[in-house]
Amino acid sequence: MTSPLANLQSQIDELLARIASLESLEALRAAEPSLTGKRSVLSSLQKSLGGLAPEERSDAGATLQGARRHVEIALEDRRVELAREERRIRLQADRLDLGDVVVQSVRWPATVGHRGLVPSTQRELEDVFVGMGFTVADGPEVESDWYNFEALNIPPAHPARGMWDTFYVDLGEPETVVLRTHTSPTQIHLMELALAQEALPIHSVMPGRCYRRDTPDARHLATFHQIEGLVVDRDITFADLAGVIETFTRSYFGSDIESRLRPAYFPFTEPSAEFEITCTICRGDGCRTCSQTGWIELGGCGMLDPAVFSAVGLDADEWSGFAFGFGIDRCAQMRYQIGDMRALIENDVRFLGQFS
Amino acid sequence: MRIALSWLQEFVGLRESPDELRAVMDDLGLVVEGIEHVGAGLESVVVARIDEISPIAGADRIRRIKVDAGHGPLEIVCGAMNFSVGDHVPLAPVGAVLPGGFEIAERRMKGVVSNGMLCSARELGLSDDHDGLMVLDHLIAPVVGQPLLEALDVVPDVIFDISVEGNRPDAWSVAGVARDLATRLGRPLSAPTLAQPNAGAVTSSVAQAAIEDEELCGRLTVSVLRKVVVGPSPAWIRRRVESAGMRSISNVVDASNLVMIELGQPTHPYDLAHVAGQTIRVRRARTGERLETLDGVVRELAKGGRGLGDTGVDCVIVDGDDVVIGLAGIMGGASSEISQSTTEVLLESAFFDPMTIARSAKHHGLRSEASNRFERGVDPQLALRAVARFVAILRESVPDLEWLDEPIDLWGVVPELPSITLRDGDVERSLGVAIDEDVVVEILEGLGFSLRRSGRDLIVVPSTARLDVRSGAAGRADVIEEIARLYSYRRLPRHTPTWPQPGGLSERQVLRRLVRDVVVDLGATEAWTPSLGSDVDFELLHPQLRRVRITNPLTAEESVLRATMITGLVRAWVRNVERGTGDVVLSEMGVVFTHPDDAKIPRPSKGGVQGAVTLILPNENERLTVILGRELDDALSAVALWSVLAGRLGLADVVVRSLKEPVPGFHQTRCAELTDRSTGALIGHVGEVDDELIATLSGALGGRRLGLVDIDLDALADQDRVIRRSQVAQIPSRYPSAVVDLALVAPESLNAQDLANALRTASPLVESVQLFDVYRGATLEHGTRSLAYRVRFSSPDRTLSESEVSKVREHLIEVAQSTGANLR
Ligand SMILES: [Zn+2]
Repeated sequence: MTSPLANLQSQIDELLARIASLESLEALRAAEPSLTGKRSVLSSLQKSLGGLAPEERSDAGATLQGARRHVEIALEDRRVELAREERRIRLQADRLDLGDVVVQSVRWPATVGHRGLVPSTQRELEDVFVGMGFTVADGPEVESDWYNFEALNIPPAHPARGMWDTFYVDLGEPETVVLRTHTSPTQIHLMELALAQEALPIHSVMPGRCYRRDTPDARHLATFHQIEGLVVDRDITFADLAGVIETFTRSYFGSDIESRLRPAYFPFTEPSAEFEITCTICRGDGCRTCSQTGWIELGGCGMLDPAVFSAVGLDADEWSGFAFGFGIDRCAQMRYQIGDMRALIENDVRFLGQFS
Repeated sequence: MRIALSWLQEFVGLRESPDELRAVMDDLGLVVEGIEHVGAGLESVVVARIDEISPIAGADRIRRIKVDAGHGPLEIVCGAMNFSVGDHVPLAPVGAVLPGGFEIAERRMKGVVSNGMLCSARELGLSDDHDGLMVLDHLIAPVVGQPLLEALDVVPDVIFDISVEGNRPDAWSVAGVARDLATRLGRPLSAPTLAQPNAGAVTSSVAQAAIEDEELCGRLTVSVLRKVVVGPSPAWIRRRVESAGMRSISNVVDASNLVMIELGQPTHPYDLAHVAGQTIRVRRARTGERLETLDGVVRELAKGGRGLGDTGVDCVIVDGDDVVIGLAGIMGGASSEISQSTTEVLLESAFFDPMTIARSAKHHGLRSEASNRFERGVDPQLALRAVARFVAILRESVPDLEWLDEPIDLWGVVPELPSITLRDGDVERSLGVAIDEDVVVEILEGLGFSLRRSGRDLIVVPSTARLDVRSGAAGRADVIEEIARLYSYRRLPRHTPTWPQPGGLSERQVLRRLVRDVVVDLGATEAWTPSLGSDVDFELLHPQLRRVRITNPLTAEESVLRATMITGLVRAWVRNVERGTGDVVLSEMGVVFTHPDDAKIPRPSKGGVQGAVTLILPNENERLTVILGRELDDALSAVALWSVLAGRLGLADVVVRSLKEPVPGFHQTRCAELTDRSTGALIGHVGEVDDELIATLSGALGGRRLGLVDIDLDALADQDRVIRRSQVAQIPSRYPSAVVDLALVAPESLNAQDLANALRTASPLVESVQLFDVYRGATLEHGTRSLAYRVRFSSPDRTLSESEVSKVREHLIEVAQSTGANLR
């Protein structure tokens, strides 16, 4: 009796030839059952092995298996090749000369758009400060350690660095480049620029995106937005700082919202303060949000530390100033009573669509 | 830091309620994050014995319990199951008010009257344990009827959880907080009981010490205590230690912890018998040295690490054999630990250089109560005073304790106290209000600062507990902060300043706002997609680019700075489609990053220690990306959106030119670049999202078309790259305009906007040229299409005659021909 696999080579060659002649993915899909599927010669050969003696069967099985793989690989290669070709043809058929577009006749359904909550909050804050005489400045998100920390009187390894969980960027020497942990480095850029251009005094706010290496939860995101304020002028006092905070608080949150300062520590200001405002939820009566105190923490502020003046080369005898900073996202959170900050980055249009 | 009110009261008399004290401490910058009332509401809770347990008919969750609390049998209904007859448990009788304000009343359940409540530890506020009743037999030998507080040896107290700011080394102690309160409230400050050496033998006769590195160790004192009996601490000491959130371990360790919490000085007791040569020395660790710290970890010493300032300097304690036995000021080693058999103690009380301790603790990832204090600066004068307090405390449990005379007291380099000149008017110049000099003096003296008058100036020397106070102008600011703090920030005036310089937005900011407004007005919803993405996402569009990588990402999903917002926005769109809300236009204005090695224009920045080095940082490019995902949106919608935006921005002439080369993220044959005609600057791209990208991010949505606009805001804002229409108003001609429609057959290679521009500039009479129809079909030669333009022209000073009109028309046709387009 001849082996069922006696003609295997020519049978395989024929399959390969059929594969090579397939001209479309559709044809390939149609031919697949007769090439490698149930209706294929490979399957009937497989069945015929059942009549062999056990020891012959295992050898023949291995041979057939090898042949099958060979065919399958050829089929896959052809599939990829045809897909590429069909995509090329499709793309060619798709080609549009976008210089030719007759704009007036493009279909344009009326859709209501929505401003992002953070940028629109940022705009409102900017407008309040512009009304108070501030300009608005920008700064980069990737900073050197020097701008983010050292020029702000936070030298390397200083324990105060524990106040910021920092993302380091893999550039240069280790831990020399960071994602800014606050908008304060923009203060340094601004003072350097003003000095170089002899453009003092400075009255600016600096909004921007910041990063902290902190697992996001309902109250914090690892990426967030801050607005920083800086005044460098002659005869600026702590009273001016408290006045600016108060005016801002009333014009942004409403005339019934008060502000108060309490001592705090920031390496780049001295005296430093944390500023609190009347709880916007309970209007001061005490509730869960404010832990029954009637006050909520908004941000930090203080008189510019002489160490910062000397880091940028400003004469502390001639100039004085203050800085403050707080969260833009937090303002939005308070105004709209957002229970879970993660909604801000989920981009669910059912959420985004609530805001004008 | 947790501080018990009763402990504060040993230093300063306080009549205020806990809430009033909280307000005072908050205002002093000692922010109280929580108040715990220990033992409050437990005054009437007593020990009761379980005498009988029986079921209640029709109830399987509650049982009838008969107890005795010293006044005969009492029937209680109880739902807990974790006790048996004979056990002792706390009973809150009818009328008791438990912590949290819960009042116990007589209750009837399933017809049974319950005369009180048997309590769990959580219900009593004693621990979080609420797995059934608090069975007292496990803890004490209970006596029926005894008040629970007495039985458990709990003394009602109030514990403040205070958050200590980084510039308050003094406030890491009860004494320091008390000093602030005493100064603010104008009350005297008491001193704790101190012991005296009493052994009649000098310390140096049994122990030796040396400072080998005077920079690292400013002071080293070594005391020897004899006749020590290690055992449990008395109850009040245990309570103190536990009130601070520490565990009571033994009388010796408790004394050390108590002194640290009370005065702020960490001390380290060694078993003298186990210190080789009865000698300790302080020196810098040498390369290759190791130490197994008390937490069981073997630490390699003197090994520099990653990052600025990680110098690898470790300050260590070594014994007489020069073997490291402790990481100075951070954690000891196991070898010389106090044990039950210790009878002689060598007590180290020292001052270490704060920055060395800070760096070393950070390097080893090892923070302890001791290192927290040393790295902020412990009072160098405190070392022996703390030992005297230690001995006084240990004597409470070891009355025969001997403290050897003449403790060893060695000095290295300690920070010099600055002399700060407070000039007349300095306070007013900083705070905006003059504060009475008497008040200033009272405040500063209250804080232990010494004052000297020099003409009209006040020379201030801070107390040794305040190493945070600097010299010079910075020190002046520090002193003024202390004055303001004790005076109260709330009493300071407020004044809203004005200045002659106008406020306002920069041109860039105005542009940003306008772009956002136009896009939102056109129907876009602004999204916020992550700036940090995964390698996988990065590779989708930019396999050839270098990545700006985060060294210490929270997750691999957020480890690379994005090079595009397209991927993020498509993902956001896909998620919305999945929620059934995908019929939307999403836009984002944000920054994308380029690795310095791939950047065309490098961004140098000051960096390194003291900003002495120039670093090249990643380029930051602000872009606007819009995904048009509504039902029939495609590249045409994208072009329409762009053209409205360009019109609103007043761009003079930006050409939409289809591309042959693929652009990452864009559909290969539906993408055009936007370039300024006169400068050639690239402003961005319009088209459709790459079909493969959509299929990769969502198999189900493969085949959907998504319009895409991606604009470089840096280019758009640059007046040299993008030319705007003239700001000079043009008055339209009062004479009628002629309108000519031209259908021109142009090769596909001729851009329709280039042809329009040729027509527009063909004659000064041309007002406008507008493409209104495009036709491709079999009637036209292959590789061409017909472009129909409507051209309006007019003269400012007359009505054009028919012959003039046809002349212009002829000229326009000639111009068209010169570009390769012919009248159809
Ligand atoms: Zn509230």
